[in-house]
Amino acid sequence: MTERPTNIRKKRQNNRLAIIAMLGVALALTVLLVTTALREQIVFFKTPTDIMTEGLAPNERVRIGGLVKEGSVVRNGTQIDFIVTDTGHDLRVRFDGIVPDLFREGQGVVAEGTLTVDNLFFADTVLAKHDENYVPKEVAEALKQQGVWQGGNEDSYESTGE
Amino acid sequence: MIPEVGHALLIAATLSALICFILPLIGWRLNDRRLTQSAPMLSLLQLVFVTTSFALLITSYVTSDFSVLNVWQNSHSDQPLLFKFTSAWGNHEGSMLLWVWILTIFGGGLGLFGRRLPTDLRAVTLSIQSLMVFIFGCFVLMTSNPFTRLFPTPPEGSDLNPILQDIGLAIHPPLLYIGYVGFSMTFTFAAAALLIGRVDQAWARWVRPWTLLAWIFLTLGIAMGSYWAYYELGWGGWWFWDPVENASLLPWLSGTALLHSAIVSEKRGGLRIWTLLLAILTFCLSLLGTFLVRSGIITSVHSFATDPQRGLVILAILAFFIGTSLSLFALRAPRLKAGRLFDPISREGALVFNNIFLCASCATVLFGTLYPVFHEAFTGQKISVGAPFFNRTMVPLFLILVIALPFGPFMNWKRADGRALFQRLAGIAALAAIIAFLVYILTSDRPRLAPLGIGVAAWLILGSIYEPLSRYKVLAAKSGEHLKQLRRITRSHWGMTLGHLGMGITILGIVAVTGWESEKSALMKPTDQIAINDYILRFEGVQNIQGPNFTEDRGIFALLKDEGLVTSFTPSKRFYPARQMPTTEASLHTQGISQLYLSLGEVRDSGEIVVRFYQKPLILLIWFGAIIMALGGCLSLSDRALWARKTNKKRS
Repeated sequence: MTERPTNIRKKRQNNRLAIIAMLGVALALTVLLVTTALREQIVFFKTPTDIMTEGLAPNERVRIGGLVKEGSVVRNGTQIDFIVTDTGHDLRVRFDGIVPDLFREGQGVVAEGTLTVDNLFFADTVLAKHDENYVPKEVAEALKQQGVWQGGNEDSYESTGE
Repeated sequence: MIPEVGHALLIAATLSALICFILPLIGWRLNDRRLTQSAPMLSLLQLVFVTTSFALLITSYVTSDFSVLNVWQNSHSDQPLLFKFTSAWGNHEGSMLLWVWILTIFGGGLGLFGRRLPTDLRAVTLSIQSLMVFIFGCFVLMTSNPFTRLFPTPPEGSDLNPILQDIGLAIHPPLLYIGYVGFSMTFTFAAAALLIGRVDQAWARWVRPWTLLAWIFLTLGIAMGSYWAYYELGWGGWWFWDPVENASLLPWLSGTALLHSAIVSEKRGGLRIWTLLLAILTFCLSLLGTFLVRSGIITSVHSFATDPQRGLVILAILAFFIGTSLSLFALRAPRLKAGRLFDPISREGALVFNNIFLCASCATVLFGTLYPVFHEAFTGQKISVGAPFFNRTMVPLFLILVIALPFGPFMNWKRADGRALFQRLAGIAALAAIIAFLVYILTSDRPRLAPLGIGVAAWLILGSIYEPLSRYKVLAAKSGEHLKQLRRITRSHWGMTLGHLGMGITILGIVAVTGWESEKSALMKPTDQIAINDYILRFEGVQNIQGPNFTEDRGIFALLKDEGLVTSFTPSKRFYPARQMPTTEASLHTQGISQLYLSLGEVRDSGEIVVRFYQKPLILLIWFGAIIMALGGCLSLSDRALWARKTNKKRS
């Protein structure tokens, strides 16, 4: 309280500078972390058509989505092979583990993994939602673009069955 | 009749909220005491109306009145009573009514217990809280009415989503909602203080308990949600960096920052503008958390009540609150005076550091969650930002925060001695390093980073415990005096210690599970046995069980070790005919703070079954830590109540 006003002002400036420096360092660090993580860790969403026509760099992680082709599921031990289709193109997928409860032939599915040389997709994650009417948004849109999606699962059952 | 009364009461509540928004505001402007004093009464009225309305909705559920559309959509007469009850908020309409109900609980609570508040502050706060009730009441009435009738009445309901038919639904959403909505109080307090133009230390003193209360519930809500997902979804994960989880983490991070900055505002009168901004932003993030996924803009594995058609309305409400509060802030905040001086190395400086890094983490999570939306809007390409992104960014940020954390409580206000600080904590640092080294030696074949993580957690845990002991000279006391010294530590000091300790324990659990968990899947048929590490898992057979509204194939497994039975597992596959939906129920065995987890995959035609067995060392610490954090919050809260009463007595 005995300090002179000019001293106090100077001190205030110094303190403000220290805080701004701290803020700057934190900001720079965060931006650095975010940008490097973004470059390496984002995963693109592709349809079987994208992959079969454009190909995929080896070891590039992607998400694929489409319908599980009727009659394509083959189980071998804990390993499961199936075909994901957007009706334009088919993609063979292999997954080792427990598939979600709602994984079924004729239903929408999303899988994440990498492509091997002979166009077999090795998935390490298979996603389905907790809802029986669920078709992943990305899948629904991709299928709409292909002109196969009519909404409602009963429809898609009928059109792909028989 | 019951749903109509419920509907009418909801309308009445919305109208009284409108009145309670207008009258006290006019009263404050005209300095009319009668008008400002109507606010508490009107707030209580809203509380009574909405409480009754919500109780009537639950009545419709419990009595399985399928003439109500909402009940028919989300309930089944064969459900056990508890799930009939909880089904009331296991859907969009009902959960929105729960949201409004909690809004009125907080408003009514302030009306009832806020007598010591300055009259104008209380009137304006309740007025803004009522505006919120009015807007959300209108939203429920116009777009999401749970009382809509259905004709002709169907004979049977279409059941609740089976995943939600669990005790978790009784606990997790109410806790989480109390947390989210609790931050509405800090928001309205901030907005009212800006309107009145008085943001002083007394204001900060009023805001802190409400922040603490909301934070306690949010912490518990997130933790219970995590545990629920862990045992219910059947793949043993406890955090997926899914948009819904991120959405709950956002207000938690900014709310934690608010909790700390409010201390500076209350004790030192500093950072008041920043505290105001955080109070506003935290509630905006809560709104974002509730509605991000519901709006259908972002998809999530945990979302159950999405409806994109209502998304636009929700976004408009969100934009309204964010827009008006931030413009009010921009208009009024520059008029506030700066707080008292402090050195960069001081308690204030430490709390600023805490705020910077918590907000940086918060911004990072927000960015990662929204990035796919913007990326698609600008490039048309669909991408997903998943766990690897968040791990890569959040782990370093939290590492910095946690390493710095034990220093904070040692610092004095205004100016602290940096060198003395290091000397005091050198012993703790050495101890943590020794622990990390021991863990490294004992588990040399395991991942290298995990022992370091254990060391960091130990640093935080030991540092947090050491601080009150050192500050109150408990260890240095003469023999026989230890207890006396220990008793001098205030409850709010224990609150802080437990909060930090809980964080350390959660981190310990996270590091242990991430570093040392193991899993094995195998294809088994009855009488098969497989060896997993030191265990032998034997498949005894399958039992068919008829549940109230499901059928169940229950696998019976025995887990053996050294010829002795450790435990038996009964994981199962259920099928809910009303929804035509299967679910998996995992089976857990708790050993102290570790768990063994067995989950079933598909049953093959050959009778074989895919099983997955997980060992989760120290996993319960993740949630125990959160409970300890919440406990710390409660201690601090109880101390404050005591303190307020004492000063009140002194004054009178």
